Amino acid sequence: MPLDRKIAHINLTTGDIDVKSIPLNVRKQFIGGRGLDAYLLYNYARKGVDPLGPENPLIISAGLLTATCASATARTHVMAKSPLTGLLGSTNMGGFFAPELAWAGFHHLVITGKADKPVYLFIHNGNIEIRDASGLWGKTTTDTQWAVREELGDDEVKSLVIGPAGENLVRFANVMTGIKNSGGRTGMGCVMGAKNLKAVAARGTLDIKIAHPMDALEYNKRFIDQITSAKVNQTQGTLGTPFIWGATNCWGGLRTRNFQYNQLEYADDIEPERLDEIATETIGPHHMTGCFACQVHCRAQYKIPSGPYAGKYDEGPEYTSLGAFGAEPGCTSAETVLTGNHLVNQFGMDNLETGSMIAWAMELYEEGILTEKHTDGLDLRFGNDAVLLEMVERICYRKGWLGDTLADGGIPAAEKIGKNSFDYLIQVKGMNNLHSDERATPALALNIATASRGSDHLRSRPAIDLYHLPEGVLRKIYGTPIPYDGPLSSEHTSYEGKAWMVFWQENCYMAVDCLGICKYHTTFLGATLPNFEDWPKVIYYNTGLEFTPEELWTVAERCNMIERMYNIREGLSRNDLKKGDTLNHRYFDEPCKRGAPDVIGMCIDREQFEKMLDEFYDYKGLDKNGKPKAATLKRLGLDREPSRLL
Amino acid sequence: METSGKVLTIDHEKCTGCRLCELVCAVKHDGVSNPMRSRIRVMKWEAEGLYIPMSCQQCEDAPCLKACPVKAISRNASFERVEIDYDLCIGCRTCVSVCPFGAMSFNPVEKKVFKCDLCDGDPQCVRFCEVKAVDYVDAADVSLKKKKAAAHRISVAGKEAASLHAAL
Repeated sequence: MPLDRKIAHINLTTGDIDVKSIPLNVRKQFIGGRGLDAYLLYNYARKGVDPLGPENPLIISAGLLTATCASATARTHVMAKSPLTGLLGSTNMGGFFAPELAWAGFHHLVITGKADKPVYLFIHNGNIEIRDASGLWGKTTTDTQWAVREELGDDEVKSLVIGPAGENLVRFANVMTGIKNSGGRTGMGCVMGAKNLKAVAARGTLDIKIAHPMDALEYNKRFIDQITSAKVNQTQGTLGTPFIWGATNCWGGLRTRNFQYNQLEYADDIEPERLDEIATETIGPHHMTGCFACQVHCRAQYKIPSGPYAGKYDEGPEYTSLGAFGAEPGCTSAETVLTGNHLVNQFGMDNLETGSMIAWAMELYEEGILTEKHTDGLDLRFGNDAVLLEMVERICYRKGWLGDTLADGGIPAAEKIGKNSFDYLIQVKGMNNLHSDERATPALALNIATASRGSDHLRSRPAIDLYHLPEGVLRKIYGTPIPYDGPLSSEHTSYEGKAWMVFWQENCYMAVDCLGICKYHTTFLGATLPNFEDWPKVIYYNTGLEFTPEELWTVAERCNMIERMYNIREGLSRNDLKKGDTLNHRYFDEPCKRGAPDVIGMCIDREQFEKMLDEFYDYKGLDKNGKPKAATLKRLGLDREPSRLL
Repeated sequence: METSGKVLTIDHEKCTGCRLCELVCAVKHDGVSNPMRSRIRVMKWEAEGLYIPMSCQQCEDAPCLKACPVKAISRNASFERVEIDYDLCIGCRTCVSVCPFGAMSFNPVEKKVFKCDLCDGDPQCVRFCEVKAVDYVDAADVSLKKKKAAAHRISVAGKEAASLHAAL
């Protein structure tokens, strides 16, 4: 039974829709999800295309395993040239949209052009309709979804939408589905806004065939047992991702007050246990929810307990909202975090970039680089909760000089603010870092410096490096499916072997992003979770496609390389502070002030960092400048790109 | 005391809304992934976080069984279930109309009504639901857990009242 899945090219300017089958040879090379998206972006985004122009292709996809009998494969991937970074735009989200898109008959959409008035797409059992969205423009993310359902008369419709931030072309506007599932990074909501595309609605009742249904069912049971038996996932399932925040704050790994500290003090009110109490008080004892077919249920439900938004229902807050509205701006109130989380969810704006931009502005204000003239009178000091929340709204609606300036993203804002404001901006490749502090963890520093979409933890972070696992365990994980006998260190402050760990994780995360699997189901936070050795079986039982673990590894390498090729085509170079694989000078110059004894006083050693980067390039088959060697492109079958096969 | 077989129970407060039950039901019965083919469906009100799995209650006095004009629906005592004889079924969907729970569905591809058959005693929705929002228990004990939970609430309330009294 051959795998027959569809891709649709949709031109919003002309209304043309072209549906094709995805050839199996392309599947074997790029699998699906993020990998195939990267292939499409490299092939269909002209060099130097305006991210906000009609030509920028917006690519939306489901993973290869999405909507098959494999749990936790609900991830939607979205790609385009990023209006935030000018490089690879790429974001991934959970929820219920991707499986619905698959049941509606499509695994990839390539949307080009620009509609002359607001529209949304309705995708239903093999049909694609471009519909008027004038009545939806201006609505929040959830109101948009409910209005689409009402208009279509169908409560089962799942939509990927933008909120007001996307409409207002905030450069870090996200795409959202459900209450809080967000494709937050790199401003994909801004690309939708520029296309006048308010939503993509899907509803499907088509079969997704399972190659070996009973084997797939039994294997899925095994898969779930493996996933839910991991302590880290059991903790996720009760406290959600805030537990990571709590743990990280303990040892001093949180970027606090922009980059001044690495630990948030007096944070009792936003510790995971306190947030769990609030969820229990406002929702009840069973307040965890999750994405399609996932048994980890890592997401809390809550109602805001107090303040101007008291009683509003939302989900989360995740680890990142605790940074955005806690550590980074130096705030310690649950009400602020829960309200900030609610606002960005409603506005459709990346929580991570929003909090980081405001924290940066706060440091500039305290340093006197920004004054009350710039802030329209707002007292933008760290720890000013009311001003923090006011700024969230000002950015979304581009209100005031500062709101409008920050909405353009870090590098353009730094150029506009001038002086030495750029020195304070904690970014890589134009995207701000999340609120983690990597000065005591060289592996994590290399991860954010080299992540393909800018500073980011979900592209190559060897998070288990923090667990000090015995070397034998590390060798077992990082020595498959490709043998590795170089150095490996259990010590998180070491530079030994970290380049290999980052390289391995980069391939691991690419593989899960191609398959549509959530990262909590692989070697990210837990050391006992499925990876390369396990996926070939899941793929075979569900799709009939055969891969060896080594072949999957090579596919992941290939997909990572085409992302690299895309970035290089758009100007990436090794040492470029704005478009390179390097870090803000503060990582090298300012030692950590707080935290555990082996963290205080730590910062990244520039020489060792460069050596680690050399090793990383070497593993990837790049030259000293970070460009792919001809032999590497040939080995990965990328020497003839662009090939335009679909 | 002899048990009277097992029944499917649903505790919607425990449901996380993930719909894995729908997926495994369709795969088990039809070999494909498609919630439309699932015997159990989770009804959701996302705006308030309310998720309620709905399936056949296997009614003792089943309206579908009574209403079927060709007597294609009968009670199977060994599985404690209400079942359809497809050799007799004429596809009139009267059973869909009369079911008070919406538990009888219609497959527009195969033109057949369908409902939960308890997977012949090993319901996959229960097997895969880690939070036990769907469970398969002895009919004699069907309310035992609820009794205990209610008793616990009464006990907690009692203690709180006592501490309140002591504080006065």
